[in-house]
Amino acid sequence: MGEMILRDAMSKALREALDTDERTFLMGEDIGAYGGPYAVTRGFLQDYGEERIRDTPISEAVFVGAGTGAAMIGMRPIVEVMTINFSLVAIDQIVNHAAKLSYMSDGQISVPLIIRTVTGGGGQLGATHSQSFENWYASVPGLRVVVPATPYDALGLFRSSRKDNNPVIFAEHSLLYRVRGDVPDDYYEVPLGQARVARFGEDITLVAYSGMVRVAEQSADKLAEQGIEAEVIDLRTLSPLDIDSVIKSVRKTNRVAIIEETWKTGGFSGTIASNIQEAAFDDLDGPVLRINGPDVPAPYARNIEQAMIPSADWVVEAVKYNFGL
Amino acid sequence: MTVTENNEERMKAAVNLEKDQALEFYSMMLLIRRFEEAAERLYQRGLIRGFLHTYIGEEAIAVGAIPNLREDDYIIGHYRDHGHALARGLNPKTAMAELCGKATGSSGGKGGSMHLFDVEKHLMGGHAIVGGQFPLAVGMALGIKMKKGLDSVVMCFFGDGAVQEGEFHEAMNLASLWKLPVVFMLENNLYGMGTEVNRSNAAGQDIFNTAASYQMPAVQIDGMDLLQVRETVIEGISSVREGNGPVFIESMAYRFHGHSMADPSNYRDNSEVEEHRTRDPIDRFKQVCIEIGLLTEQEASEIGDSVDTTIQASVQFAEESAQPKPEALFTNIYAEPDKD
Repeated sequence: MGEMILRDAMSKALREALDTDERTFLMGEDIGAYGGPYAVTRGFLQDYGEERIRDTPISEAVFVGAGTGAAMIGMRPIVEVMTINFSLVAIDQIVNHAAKLSYMSDGQISVPLIIRTVTGGGGQLGATHSQSFENWYASVPGLRVVVPATPYDALGLFRSSRKDNNPVIFAEHSLLYRVRGDVPDDYYEVPLGQARVARFGEDITLVAYSGMVRVAEQSADKLAEQGIEAEVIDLRTLSPLDIDSVIKSVRKTNRVAIIEETWKTGGFSGTIASNIQEAAFDDLDGPVLRINGPDVPAPYARNIEQAMIPSADWVVEAVKYNFGL
Repeated sequence: MTVTENNEERMKAAVNLEKDQALEFYSMMLLIRRFEEAAERLYQRGLIRGFLHTYIGEEAIAVGAIPNLREDDYIIGHYRDHGHALARGLNPKTAMAELCGKATGSSGGKGGSMHLFDVEKHLMGGHAIVGGQFPLAVGMALGIKMKKGLDSVVMCFFGDGAVQEGEFHEAMNLASLWKLPVVFMLENNLYGMGTEVNRSNAAGQDIFNTAASYQMPAVQIDGMDLLQVRETVIEGISSVREGNGPVFIESMAYRFHGHSMADPSNYRDNSEVEEHRTRDPIDRFKQVCIEIGLLTEQEASEIGDSVDTTIQASVQFAEESAQPKPEALFTNIYAEPDKD
């Protein structure tokens, strides 16, 4: 059992893909000579050469679409979009093409493409560079959306993503790259569509994914100090969505709060909330609580940026108020 | 690349055709024409719905280009895709059934007219978001280049309307930068839906000038002259296959009917349509072949009958085929994962 930060777990995952599958290559902005905008691919160019570590022009539509095209004829490309904000330049290729080809060809074509991208705010990068769009992609049939919160899951989920044969949006939160965790030396996988109980509790369920899992865990610590035992569910993937694990937990705790970084309007927490109410209405002791960032563009200044991202104090206060605890 | 520009040279080129090739090309163009006419009738009867974009007037491009490809080459294009599909050998029955939304269609009725696929034949789809096929074409070409020992090419069809999309310019740059094996086939029919090319492209209708700025060989030819298309494409494919990077062929053409069945063509005069009809690619090819003795009126007539029989059978097949089963709604949204 080794300990490593999430960045290194991703590097390990990518090296493994390159080492074990000659159909795999990496393509994206500044992944080679520069060493990767978030240093995940540092040293790759030297080790694998420019044929397989392809620096692209700043042309998201064509290099994401080219990943799809290469996948259509049997390659297993891994494309890196520097941040999920820039994926909007390529969203036609992702939503109208990669996601549709299997269905429109009635299974003649598959698109085994992984689109790695960096998501989330909190870095004082302003309105255009601080967004989270995983929930948008999760609403599109034909896409997988993977949102790891730990180094263990980053590696394990990446291995499953490689085997999935469908276009995968693999969203890594920028503030998680330095998070440390156990990563076994022995091979393992984390299947897509299987949520993780990050902490067991009886009094309330906190549902989160990606960067908000840490916030949920911190919230659970604080709640425990006040005698409230929270169960934390890390969704791990938004598509496929393991709603069963959420329902199972809610049936036990009878209270649930969903914590999500992105805007409340249209947030994925709404989808989870409606699923819970349909499946477990009679088990609920109070309204399903959605804790999302407010519907504002991310500001630059630190104090007001922090005010838009759910924190442990915010969660604790909202939970106590909502459930009268 | 050379471009033949007058009848005399064109006829010389025709001499290079074997008789069976002349018959094959004439037959294939006629098949596309009659297929489209039959589809229009089915549309008027309500058996085909949605959007139906016909290739009538542009047949010489698909038939002049596609038979020059090898089996291991790939084709990708836009939503006006029936001609490309038939020229690549998609069974007209399967194609017509797809247009009619039947389970026997090429995509089981789930793709429709704009999305014809036959992956076994390397027909990688009609794509209906204008310009969306460019990045896919570039990616397929990249895949080919990375697979060792392959010298396949990708032939990418698109219209003049797609040239103003950002994806076009991104793709042209990357294909040229990485010297990818793509034959870019512009079908310039002078209108992007109802907007004339001179009103949407700063280069006017001479779009090949734009392509040349991406450092690739680019020519403009008469796309209603099968022999000129054929000669140019053969040369283009050969250059691409040798690893010299992409080429760009602008075929000037005209669609005789509206953009789709929903289009009354109010934006152009009938006289303009009639003038272009005198350049009918099928009539011209037939005339040339008859003049130099590659084809007789009798043979042409027999081909016409045979094509009619094929089309009739396709329509009958499509009409008699069953609709998709209800459960088809939920199949092939995702591919199956690899087995351990």
